[in-house]
Amino acid sequence: MSDRPLKVLIAKPGLDGHDRGAKVLARGLRDEGFEVVYTGLRQTPEMVATAALQEDVDVVGLSILSGAHMTLVPRITKLLREQGQGEVLVTVGGIIPDDDVAALKEAGVSAVFGPGTTIVSVAEFLRSNAPTRD
Amino acid sequence: MAADATTRAHALADAAIAGDRLALARLLTAVENRTPVAEAALRQLYPLAGRAHLVGITGPPGAGKSTLVAALLAEVRAAGRPVAVVAVDPSSPITGGALLGDRVRMQSYAGDGDVFIRSMASRGHAGGLAATTTAAAAVLDAAGFDLVFIETVGTGQSEVEVAAAADTTVVLEAPEMGDEVQAIKAGLLEVADLVVVNKGDKPGAQRTAAQLRAMLVPSVARGGPAVAGNDSNGERPTPKRPDVLVTTASTGAGVPELLAALDRHRAVGRAAITSGARRTRAAAQVQSILADRLAGRLRAPGLAARTAQVIDDVAAHRLDPFAAADLLLDAALGATSDEA
Repeated sequence: MSDRPLKVLIAKPGLDGHDRGAKVLARGLRDEGFEVVYTGLRQTPEMVATAALQEDVDVVGLSILSGAHMTLVPRITKLLREQGQGEVLVTVGGIIPDDDVAALKEAGVSAVFGPGTTIVSVAEFLRSNAPTRD
Repeated sequence: MAADATTRAHALADAAIAGDRLALARLLTAVENRTPVAEAALRQLYPLAGRAHLVGITGPPGAGKSTLVAALLAEVRAAGRPVAVVAVDPSSPITGGALLGDRVRMQSYAGDGDVFIRSMASRGHAGGLAATTTAAAAVLDAAGFDLVFIETVGTGQSEVEVAAAADTTVVLEAPEMGDEVQAIKAGLLEVADLVVVNKGDKPGAQRTAAQLRAMLVPSVARGGPAVAGNDSNGERPTPKRPDVLVTTASTGAGVPELLAALDRHRAVGRAAITSGARRTRAAAQVQSILADRLAGRLRAPGLAARTAQVIDDVAAHRLDPFAAADLLLDAALGATSDEA
């Protein structure tokens, strides 16, 4: 079934309360034909992983503006691997210094989207890189 | 059906029954996507389903359905019962995309393996649910959840499908949503087993509840039973007589009373199992599968050309649509091969 919509979890781990970007992206991906699960603010890594598992998503998109990405993101990718979802595409958006990108990719992140990224380019990346499934 | 799909279905179903939540999630994906795995798994799981209490929660957008489900989750978990939620949000008719936002209100259960929440997009289905919601609920039922809440998209007046999908249907209203005439219109309120006025801390909540109570009593001509069904002669369907409760989902006020009312309705429903929602649900499932099977036969190589020709004839007014339907039905019933 290749024509089914891709399912994307948009989550905001950590404590910053700035969810406008996540909401704009969630809405934009909806308009690009994705099924977007939005979980709201202040998610722990465990909450993100649980939602990813129960929803059986293809993609987890994390929005972090607090600077805590080097702590939160590796914990989330580790939890995903431990629960058998190592193939899920993980992307990060928000304020991420260039110096941290390599380490995030090392931790299992496929792409880091900074300010100015268009929704169309995010959608194209997800379509091209989401895992193929039966 | 491909043997590998059957093998994979049995592996996933066995694991899901044994408590593997990822296997359960993957089964639900197969059900949503209507894959061969889904059919084989549903065949295996169906005999195990029928034990859970399926509770439909419906009402207009913003009435508080998700918040109420979250409050019910807290109450149910305090009692130690395993509970699942299927929450449906609408798909875009333009792009097919969807924003599934019901988890925002229900996320305090990470690490609690006895809570399972799944969002579903309606995918073009119009009745307030997705076409596969009933099957998804059956999978969760078979996986051993004691209660399964089925939350519909925000509904208007006539999305009554949830009443067939659930054993007990809760219709949520917000205060001051309309006058008494709204309460006596046909449709959504008629399928309610329980009516809940949420946002009970808002002005007008008690008055709205009082108006609903006054208007939802049985009509003078014929008293209704607590569970809708047919009258004593089995002839005319009888209306339901729902209780009206007031809750404030955001604080939990009235929620224990609601759960108690749900449990009472479950007990009553068990006694009348074949005359109520379960029989309606069984009929709807069989009819839906029949229609799929019929369409599958008409699409199969042996009949596809014939079907196309008949459709062309109807389009050109050489054949009337009734005769065409009879012709194709006879042809499909004569065809013995399985669908392609």
